[in-house]
Amino acid sequence: MEDIERTFETRELSISMGPQHPATHGVLRLVLNLDGETVVKCTPYVGYLHRGVEKLGENRTYFAALPLSDRLDYISSMNNNVGYVNAVEKLFGIEAPERAKFIRTMVAEMGRISSHIIWLGTHVLDIGATTPFLYAFREREVIMDLFEMLCGARLTVSYPRVGGVRNDISQEFLDELYEFVLDFPSKMDDYETLVTENRVWKDRTVDIGVISAEEAINWGLTGGTLRGSGVDYDLRKYAPYDAYDKVEFDVPVGKKGDCYDRYLVRIEEMRQANRIIKQCIEKLPAGPVMADAPKFTLPPKDQVLKDMEHLIHQFILITKGPTVPEGEVYMGTEVPKGELGFYFISDGTGKPYRMRVRSPSFIHASVLPRLSEGGLIADVIANVGTIDIVLGECDR
Amino acid sequence: MEPLEIAEKIKDKFPEEVLEIKEFRGQVAVTLKKARIFEICRFLHDEPEFSFDYLTDLCGVDCLGKKEKRFEVVYHLYSIKHRRGIRLKAEVAEDDPAIDSVVPIWAGVNWHERECFDMFGIVFKGHPDLRRILMPEDWEGYPLRKDYPVQGPKEEWPGFLDVLNRAKRFTEFEWHE
Repeated sequence: MEDIERTFETRELSISMGPQHPATHGVLRLVLNLDGETVVKCTPYVGYLHRGVEKLGENRTYFAALPLSDRLDYISSMNNNVGYVNAVEKLFGIEAPERAKFIRTMVAEMGRISSHIIWLGTHVLDIGATTPFLYAFREREVIMDLFEMLCGARLTVSYPRVGGVRNDISQEFLDELYEFVLDFPSKMDDYETLVTENRVWKDRTVDIGVISAEEAINWGLTGGTLRGSGVDYDLRKYAPYDAYDKVEFDVPVGKKGDCYDRYLVRIEEMRQANRIIKQCIEKLPAGPVMADAPKFTLPPKDQVLKDMEHLIHQFILITKGPTVPEGEVYMGTEVPKGELGFYFISDGTGKPYRMRVRSPSFIHASVLPRLSEGGLIADVIANVGTIDIVLGECDR
Repeated sequence: MEPLEIAEKIKDKFPEEVLEIKEFRGQVAVTLKKARIFEICRFLHDEPEFSFDYLTDLCGVDCLGKKEKRFEVVYHLYSIKHRRGIRLKAEVAEDDPAIDSVVPIWAGVNWHERECFDMFGIVFKGHPDLRRILMPEDWEGYPLRKDYPVQGPKEEWPGFLDVLNRAKRFTEFEWHE
């Protein structure tokens, strides 16, 4: 290219991609400075979906702030709930019963499959393959139906509760889930047949958006985006919560840290999630699903409606909130996008003095200039897809 | 090495800077003066004994009326090599809300610091691009401060008024014959 003599004048072109653009996975705005097709500078603008979740959290009791966590990453609200209740339980110093832990692990992995499957569908759609998108939504529908069966909601579930889960699961649910779990690996094979060895796919993703292991750590990446660079860091394995220390699973890592490696890592993660669900169903212990800690957990609804003491108890907990020990707790959990952390500072009242949400998408969006600058404009689309961001969580 | 030991080692190395070491639910928080925060972070990052190569989170806290110095900047450090973490807290006074930026150590902290500036008005000295991030550029006030009303300011943000006016204007049109 260099030896062609330029007989014409060129100038840098600045274009705005988004905030309303189908390939930005929400309302992300990128200002791209282009030299021909090469991206010279990429500046992300976020905040279009800012709802002040942290400020709202400071003005609600610990129970009432749970639905706010649904609205962070609305594709995998189950995982956010699990992260939130785990952090609050750690602050309260209570522990959920064994059965509730297994149920939470199970539903969180269902959420992981549903989130990754949307990621797969939309990411390949962005790059030009329409077929897997349609199949992906077929599988997601099964999980959504199961969530509906479980708690009545499909998207914003709010199913886990501080101290356990809202209600026990039925045998019917378990049977249907087991059927799905047995069937799922063959569906994964279908996707892989369509995508993994596809030449167009490989041309678009291999050696695109490369980030080395040291750099990925320095940038604070988490989840599949970090593991794609070959860093073995998974909170489910190294800081286990719920029942993750009682199930067997592998943590897939990539080698080069390009888009293709991150794709392979997430594909394998789905298979591992499926494995975890299977084990959870098989090992599911009997027992209660709510911790026996009346000072910190809401009383059972059927008793509240029948008996005065429980009604008063419920009223106090809902209006004043529990009496929480003074202190501060940070707890990170592995959600499909990466590490979702909740940091609470308690001043002894029923509301958190400070609620901080450390969202993975926020950090992943900040790395976009690093991945995209110097590449082609078409690769920006691949990079936005591969870092797997949801703007609801990024902007909070 | 236990987190408490790390905290003691920080105290040995920087005895003047450490104000308080606190443990709650197995997590250790070291409260520091802000003056040498960059140096302390650099030390924790580079020293192979600690190698805190990963900054999980940075956030601000407004301790209005609770502490002598109004703000705190909280750093959550993690070492992927040793698989352990520690929390640093730097006190920032209201009359001089500024602290050294740690972007040269951890590149990923860039947006966290911008967010902290956006929400609390804490200035990070040496930050490459300190602008508002979540709120509009011409927003007034710092939303996560405790004296900022939850329902927002009384007056509507001018940018939104502009949108409303334009929406109204676009519905008024004349037919040209």
